[in-house]
Amino acid sequence: MSQSAAQPDPLSAALQDIDFSDPRMFQRNNWHGYFARLRDESPVHYQAESPFGPFWSVTRFADIVAVDSNFEDFSSEPTIVIGDLDDDMPLEQFIAMDPPKHDVQRKAVQSAVAPQNLAQMEALIRSRVADILDQLPVGETFDWVEKVSINLTTQMLATLFDFPFEERSKLTYWSDMATAAPEVSGGDADPEERQAALLDCLATFTRLWHERKGTERSSLDLISLLQKDPNTEDIVDKPMEYLGNLILLIVGGNDTTRNSATGGVLALNQNPGEYDKLRADQSLIPSMVSEIIRWQTPLAHMRRRATRDLELNGQQIKEGDKVVMWYMSGNRDERSIDNPNDFIIDRNNPRHHIAFGFGIHRCMGNRLAEMQLRILWEEIMQRFSHVEVIEEPRRVLSNFVNGYEELKVRVHPI
Amino acid sequence: MPKITLIEFNGTNHTIDADVGKSLMLNAIDNGVPGIDADCGGACACGTCHVFLNEDWLEAAGVANSLEDAMLCMRPDREEVSRLSCQIEITESMDGMTVRMPEYQM
Repeated sequence: MSQSAAQPDPLSAALQDIDFSDPRMFQRNNWHGYFARLRDESPVHYQAESPFGPFWSVTRFADIVAVDSNFEDFSSEPTIVIGDLDDDMPLEQFIAMDPPKHDVQRKAVQSAVAPQNLAQMEALIRSRVADILDQLPVGETFDWVEKVSINLTTQMLATLFDFPFEERSKLTYWSDMATAAPEVSGGDADPEERQAALLDCLATFTRLWHERKGTERSSLDLISLLQKDPNTEDIVDKPMEYLGNLILLIVGGNDTTRNSATGGVLALNQNPGEYDKLRADQSLIPSMVSEIIRWQTPLAHMRRRATRDLELNGQQIKEGDKVVMWYMSGNRDERSIDNPNDFIIDRNNPRHHIAFGFGIHRCMGNRLAEMQLRILWEEIMQRFSHVEVIEEPRRVLSNFVNGYEELKVRVHPI
Repeated sequence: MPKITLIEFNGTNHTIDADVGKSLMLNAIDNGVPGIDADCGGACACGTCHVFLNEDWLEAAGVANSLEDAMLCMRPDREEVSRLSCQIEITESMDGMTVRMPEYQM
């Protein structure tokens, strides 16, 4: 099956003729119809051929929860994206490990993003958000992705790593390179450029490690946390493990919040009644943040591998089979979410969504993400009556990152 | 109906008349007790209904299974008496039970 062929019609094509790994579905934002058919007709669906090999698609909310919380039958090793690793850069990261190793490595960094730490960071984040918004060119059309979403998340990442602030754009570049490999997610990164970027990332962080070793740093600094924990104090000696976990933390804090920060603007523009609700009652912001994350679902999937022969919703899955949980489909499943295709900022139970995943690999930074988006919208509403979308966004070519390259807007001050 | 007291991190007490056969998490949510998020809705899959039991009530509440234990493992503030309240089914024998809630859910 080739992805250069035209996309089949989502309503009439035979399911076996549809490639559910085709990254153009996300770039063209036409995945909804294809995945609605899977949820209705074949919720646990086997695709024998794809550029990423054979795989199962799991598309209903309840089935995804069942797979995601069953780490014994569904392994996260060796990787959690649909494409397999290339041999040159065998990154090791705790998101792609099973217990007990997973638990040890995750615990070493988890406290950095625990809510009591976040409370200390709120004022700093707010001042940085305020600076970003105050510098926006009022009266001009500009790219929200570049000027707000990327800027905000990059500054946040630099804060978490205590990374040299003036070099912070490197973090975003490395993150983009890591997720854009064709064999990983159907992206379009040049393999040589990607490898060079990842090696530069490793070299930079190895230097920071040695500079930081033995000095007293704030507990928010992820490198120092790794150094302090007995289980990870020597991780710098295992370059692919060190690099892997750095990339995990960088990607985890980058694409997700960036694309939700853009998605929220788009969703409110497509739903002016909801924008009016927000203008009338800004106490809806926390609830809206959860709804934005559900509506956007910035990571489209996570992948597992069956550790034994088993049955899932009537389908026989064999040991070793690749199982892809399509989160963005679970978040549109009318069996679990009322009116799932509508964007409703005062939804009942808005936290009941699947964008953070469930089970032991559930997003570690979920509260940080929510806090950043909450502060962003609180500060936007202090300044602008309308962030107006001027043209349709350009979206990312990927079946993993469900996001935006560009969103042209104008801001209208209060 | 057994009376159960949930204590917020700031010390505020909430005593509820709990429904037998329903989970502690659902009883707390249905009575509007703050401090329990329960993002996954009771599937033992998110860890955001974390509570601390009083030691006297550990036995009545039963033992965490391997999945619950794995979810609790990710909590930086886990204690010996930590449980997920969605996994505790209320029985008549729990009358008078007190549980503390953590500083945060994540």
